[in-house]
Amino acid sequence: MSLKNILSEKKDELLASWFDRILDTYPVETAKFLKNQKDRFANPVGQAIHKGIGDIFQELLQNGDIEKVSGFLDSIIRVRAVQEFSASQAVAFIFFLKSVIRDGLADISLTPELYDELATLESQIDSLALIAFDIFMQCREKLYDIKANEMKNMTYRLLQRANMVTEIKDAEKETNFIAIHKKEVNS
Amino acid sequence: MAKLPKPEELLQINYNPPPTEDWMDRPVELKQGNFCWGAKGKNLAAVEFPNARDWTPVEADWKLPKDWEGTVLEAMADRLSKYRSFKVFMDICVRCGACADKCHFFIGGGDPKNMPVLRAELMRSVYRKYFTTAGKYLGKLAGARELDLNVLKEWWYYFYQCTECRRCSVFCPYGIDTAEITLMAREFTNLLGLNTDWISGPVANCYMKGNHLGLEPHAIMNSIEGMIDDIETITGIRINPSFNRKGAEILFVTPSGDLFADPGTFTAMGYMMLFHELGIDYTWSTYASEGGNFGFFTSNEMAKRLNAKIYAEAKRLGVKYIIGGECGHMWRVLNQYMDTWNGPADFMEVPKSPITGTVFDNAASTKMIHVTEFTADLIKNNKIKLDPSRNDDLVITYHDSCNTARGMGLLEEPRYIINSVCNKFHEMPDNTIRERTFCCGSGTGLNASENMEIRMRGGYPRANAVKFVRDKHGVNMLANICAIDRATLSASMDYWVPGVRVTGVHELVANALIMTGEKERETNLRGEPLPGKGGNE
Ligand code: SF4
Ligand code: SF4
Repeated sequence: MSLKNILSEKKDELLASWFDRILDTYPVETAKFLKNQKDRFANPVGQAIHKGIGDIFQELLQNGDIEKVSGFLDSIIRVRAVQEFSASQAVAFIFFLKSVIRDGLADISLTPELYDELATLESQIDSLALIAFDIFMQCREKLYDIKANEMKNMTYRLLQRANMVTEIKDAEKETNFIAIHKKEVNS
Repeated sequence: MAKLPKPEELLQINYNPPPTEDWMDRPVELKQGNFCWGAKGKNLAAVEFPNARDWTPVEADWKLPKDWEGTVLEAMADRLSKYRSFKVFMDICVRCGACADKCHFFIGGGDPKNMPVLRAELMRSVYRKYFTTAGKYLGKLAGARELDLNVLKEWWYYFYQCTECRRCSVFCPYGIDTAEITLMAREFTNLLGLNTDWISGPVANCYMKGNHLGLEPHAIMNSIEGMIDDIETITGIRINPSFNRKGAEILFVTPSGDLFADPGTFTAMGYMMLFHELGIDYTWSTYASEGGNFGFFTSNEMAKRLNAKIYAEAKRLGVKYIIGGECGHMWRVLNQYMDTWNGPADFMEVPKSPITGTVFDNAASTKMIHVTEFTADLIKNNKIKLDPSRNDDLVITYHDSCNTARGMGLLEEPRYIINSVCNKFHEMPDNTIRERTFCCGSGTGLNASENMEIRMRGGYPRANAVKFVRDKHGVNMLANICAIDRATLSASMDYWVPGVRVTGVHELVANALIMTGEKERETNLRGEPLPGKGGNE
């Protein structure tokens, strides 16, 4: 049996253990909530993690499609990027999968073929972590963009409304502007 | 030499301890991204707030006044005797935990001190120490603790991480409203000059100039003039609203956010187009130029002072009643407090629609109705011509803002309007709307930029439900009736649910509204081609 088949068979157990290890990164009370509340709208964080790791695991065993797996990683990392984690803390959960898998294989004697497969899989997990780091950075950059845009949107519109910025207008608007301006002068 | 940690070890992060542990003894740690900058002395001085000075939350010395503990405890004693609800909320919590997982900040962030029960406990513990016999003698055993600098910092940190949304109260078997406890905490911290720049700036502006931005009359008129130009470009109709006009029948008051920031400006254009088409006799005021009330996020007294200008202006102009624009906390204040603070407004009449003759008895005392009540009544009575197909490029969902939904029960009118002016509408899941709606995550003056992380965490439960309808039904527009929502949900969508934009309800109304004498419209209010008019469809 190939390693992937073995892991597929142990999927539920492995995912449960991965999930628990991720929840351990939260305070006890919070972890309890994240684990037990199954409604995806009442508990979006817990459910995003739960679904996300399931999807990542599945994709890893099947095709390992980068785009797909990035989407799954995003659903978890986008959340952790705004929680109180440092960059390493936000993405370290990917590496948990390695020890989860090793522990899960503890009762199996690994043949050289299985070892090879495991080595490949582990390096794939390393790649996941690198992708995860990129996603984390994108999320953080997005946050800074949003901050900057909020300020810009507010002040710019205000200045514009107060006729304090001169815009390059297109021809039609230009006439409008002059017409209004004239009206102001005349009235 | 320090050894490199394993990933698991890296993750042993130092969160605040859960309630089962000894949370009382751990000093609070102020983390960037969770709090707003401190208030500036000049803004506090402008409204005669105590201890006006510049201060910085991360610095150890908060420059507190002498005997600040005495000040707080005295105020606490005063409010306990004045407000029965406060006293009851301090006494009756049985720690059942029903509210614990209902706060968007806890749900999205996971900090146990954002569980409403524990947030309230931050204050209850002090209450027990000084105002109950058990607490006085048994101390910690009775869940009591002394008020010291660490406690004060913890109060400030966590009571400015509560948007007073009241979602928790919906689930409490005793109806304990943690928002009221937050209101009290903010009163107490304001007595010590502890407020945020984002709140105290608008408060000072509003007090001096009539609106949060400090827009002077000419700036307000300029802003509206700009919108009138845009309306003319789109519809070919030039409208002429009036300002500060004595003898008008109706005074119109909206949050100033509608005047300066997109997408609120499109909502403001919507009001004006509707009122023009109806030909109603209304006026704007450049003095009562703010429906919102950031004073409400500081103290009862300040909220009352800022609110006073609305009735004062109504009286000066001699209007019969007031229509208010789309805003959230503005309505909590108007609906629940204005009458007792600054009423009775018996110089006005019970609002009666000049178009349909409907009398709004629900506002018999305040004399102020919400614009969606007014518009829903028009549509119900078939008084306006609408072409909903102009909104056909939009697939809409509706976010109930906490204040209009839980604070005043305004649930049906906005939905009725949206369904009349649009063809494609989908509700978000039941446990995220109406009375159980999730907060935008940035209310009560938390909509600054420096606290973006907590805003995003708090906004996640709402965004998550929007994402669901986006993926399921192709929703691309999030409608609401709140100026703060219009600004903050835009940011939240940008982060969590790209592709979904934000709109006020009256922008949708005005797009669909067929105006007398209008030219064939090519674009919507945002200047984008109407469905079928793009040339590339
Ligand atoms: S009022 Fe809202 S923000 Fe405050 S504790 Fe309750 S649920 Fe949380
Ligand atoms: S639901 Fe009410 S009684 Fe129960 S813990 Fe929360 S505040 Fe206390």
